[in-house]
Amino acid sequence: MKKKQSEQSNSNIKMGKSNRTLMLICYLCIAVFAILCLFPFALMITSSFMTEREIVAEGYKLFPKNWSLSAYRYLLDNPTKLLSSYRVTITITVVGTAIGLFIMSMAGYVLNRKDFKYRNFFSFFIYFTTLFSGGLVPTYILYVRYLNLKDNIWALILPGLVSAWSIFLMRNFMKSIPDELYESATMDGAGPFKIYIRVFMPLALPSLATIGLFLALGYWNEWYNASLYIDTATKYPLQYFLQKMVNQTSIDSLTSLGHVIDAASVPTQSVKMATAVLATGPIILLYPFVQRFFVSGLTVGSVKG
Amino acid sequence: MKTKQGFHAFGKEIRRNWVLFLMLLPAIVYFIIFSYVTMPGAYVAFVNYNPNKGIFGSDFVGFKNFEFLIKNGDLLRITKNTLLYNVVFLVLSHTIQIALAIMLSEITRKRFKKVSQSVILLPHFISYVVVGVFAYNFFNFDNGFINSILVNFGGERFSFYSTPWVWKFIIVFFYIWKTTGYGMIVYMATITGISSEIYEASYIDGASRFQRIKLITLPLMKPTFILLMLFGLGGILRGSFDLFYNLIGTNSILYHSTDVIDTYVYRSLVGSFNFSSSAAVGLYQSVFGLILVLGINWIVRKIEPDSALF
Repeated sequence: MKKKQSEQSNSNIKMGKSNRTLMLICYLCIAVFAILCLFPFALMITSSFMTEREIVAEGYKLFPKNWSLSAYRYLLDNPTKLLSSYRVTITITVVGTAIGLFIMSMAGYVLNRKDFKYRNFFSFFIYFTTLFSGGLVPTYILYVRYLNLKDNIWALILPGLVSAWSIFLMRNFMKSIPDELYESATMDGAGPFKIYIRVFMPLALPSLATIGLFLALGYWNEWYNASLYIDTATKYPLQYFLQKMVNQTSIDSLTSLGHVIDAASVPTQSVKMATAVLATGPIILLYPFVQRFFVSGLTVGSVKG
Repeated sequence: MKTKQGFHAFGKEIRRNWVLFLMLLPAIVYFIIFSYVTMPGAYVAFVNYNPNKGIFGSDFVGFKNFEFLIKNGDLLRITKNTLLYNVVFLVLSHTIQIALAIMLSEITRKRFKKVSQSVILLPHFISYVVVGVFAYNFFNFDNGFINSILVNFGGERFSFYSTPWVWKFIIVFFYIWKTTGYGMIVYMATITGISSEIYEASYIDGASRFQRIKLITLPLMKPTFILLMLFGLGGILRGSFDLFYNLIGTNSILYHSTDVIDTYVYRSLVGSFNFSSSAAVGLYQSVFGLILVLGINWIVRKIEPDSALF
């Protein structure tokens, strides 16, 4: 141990000029890239606090002359549609994540049990769906014509509910569970479902967190299925509401409920940014706490899909 | 005879392990309804779809839908765009991911390392709709950030949203911006996996940092790189719909240089309710995508059987 340390310090002394320049380049490149990653967020946030007059006259700025809460005040005064989008997004996130986790953890558990004879067959049955799909049109016809889910909130939940990839991630996570654990639990008289609840679930908590995070993120960022299936404005999820908002030159129709507002008084440009801040805010606030689950999931998932 | 026995054994197994089957059932039912049932529906690409008659009641037109798309040049254009964008995405993003992963793993200050890694991963967590908002924030004509700088310095406003060529760069930029953190972590996991003994030996031999990167880290990352590249090539006909659609939307001025297969499929359905051409392009993508994946998997199996998908 001591020898290694001296070797290390030796090499530190030896660390010549070229090594130091190399390190400097490393720090510099990473710092620049990290700033590049943060910059759009910073611009979005400062833009949301600008006065409408300054935006119209001089454009969005990183350092506005005047700070103003008018965009947020406007959104608070006309909260109906924003709140209903929040409600839709929170509902699909909670319901979708819970149901998806339940279905996929059970599937992962069954496919993980080596005494389940047909697990290879069912694994392939699930895997094949990632290789070939009917495509958008048959899926669309299925949802609209046969399942009658046009303008129904379940059309936002069902598409991302179960994914082959997550089931396999779950199964790979749990590969380390020894079979003896199941066997001894069976000896003690526990049925398969009881073993799933009492033995599998506690051990699977980290992987449940990871897959739960994937699911929740997908639902929170959902806009695609809404654009296909949802017509009624009160059923828009948050991101779709935001997309409509940004693409509109006049946003009062989206925020107010019929009563006429003086269109000129609407701080349109800053409200667009404020809506984006409110739609992204919860993710950024939770990010420091959840990212480690994400990183661990990535590392396991990358070993083999 | 054999299949009959097979079914018999299957039935017996179900009776014995019915709880396990029941627990797997929801997932299986899900895939049957949402994947397997829609597969025969791809037949819609060969009919003149009439909503009143349904997919299988509509008139069969053979390859007419495909012919139409080939003749008007759409299929060639979107295939070319999709391939070009994906090749640029693959090459550029992997180069940057590898470079950053190596740099970050060389850095010894824990705090700097942790914070910068979190920051670089952050874009992965937001939706592409927000990326579209960023683009609007930067590039819109009347009050975009870039135009306000241009005007400030006495320049002319630049109309990004009616200039197709700039979007090639903007799309690539945001692709890199959004996906680098994810790929970087995958590569960092590879670097962490390299045995520290190899590095220690190189210390003793007096190798410089640069030599270590060149002679140890890079060669040992090569297998991961090749695999990720190959799988990336397998998906070269798909992808990034979210990115393209949220940046370009329905701005037809920009289509020529930004239209890809997925945006075409989506727009044909949602914009013009042209079920037939949407389905034809979708099937074309699915079939060639499948062939590509099978081919790539065959190659992977040759060079590294353990990493093959099946």
